[in-house]
Amino acid sequence: MLKQIANIEINVNDEGYLTDFSQWNKDVAMEIAKEEGVELTDEHWKVIDYIQEQYRNEVPLSIRKVGKSGVVSIKDFYRLFPDGPLKKATKIAGVPKPVSCI
Amino acid sequence: MNNNNEARVKKMMFILSKATLDNVYAAFIMANGARMEGIEAEIFFTFFGLEAINKSKLEHLHIATVGNPAMHIPTMVAGLPGMEALATKMMKKEMEKLDLPDVGEFLEILTASGVKLWACKLAVDMFHLKKEDLIDDVDGILTIGDFYSRATGEGTHLLFI
Repeated sequence: MLKQIANIEINVNDEGYLTDFSQWNKDVAMEIAKEEGVELTDEHWKVIDYIQEQYRNEVPLSIRKVGKSGVVSIKDFYRLFPDGPLKKATKIAGVPKPVSCI
Repeated sequence: MNNNNEARVKKMMFILSKATLDNVYAAFIMANGARMEGIEAEIFFTFFGLEAINKSKLEHLHIATVGNPAMHIPTMVAGLPGMEALATKMMKKEMEKLDLPDVGEFLEILTASGVKLWACKLAVDMFHLKKEDLIDDVDGILTIGDFYSRATGEGTHLLFI
């Protein structure tokens, strides 16, 4: 499915997650964040960087791992990305939605 | 892409009445999973479920080998001394492989994720417990009526475990 984000055509799945990470850039992130009701600050970008690094290293994400990363506490993760932090943060970061239950 | 007009689950309220490891994890995973989906979650610990928030008990919860057909162990064998400890050890090993936290760490994750933890007043009285016996993260001691009064709003569900 193609979607117009930040003036370019981006490939996304039916939930709005990017299907081609190479199409991601900061403008795309900001546009998706806006749709999700998140205003990106330095704190958010740090988390996004971490998530993308885990994705590149093929490490599966979980709330527990994010909390142990030293990048952000679980409490702050929920504050930064309310209503489903892992789902929202991965969508903004342009990586697939995690399949983790924890 | 939120479909706000659909009848979504908005709040999950769990009543945990058992202290076997499998039941405690079921409640914790569902409560945590709710928060991960942006759903509110609260747990009411009652009867034996109180052990999961009892400082001196929570790290020593077991799975039940007797009366549990899914263990596929003959009942006479399952009742032998040490069987529960052995089965629990094996299960904990599998859980660690799946990156599941232990009970204490799980409670910390739940609190950090915004899950409310309530102790049942009647059960606290019955087991002669004091607030100090429970972990500091417990949000309070409530009657079941108090808990029900928190179950407000459309899309609220109560689940007994």
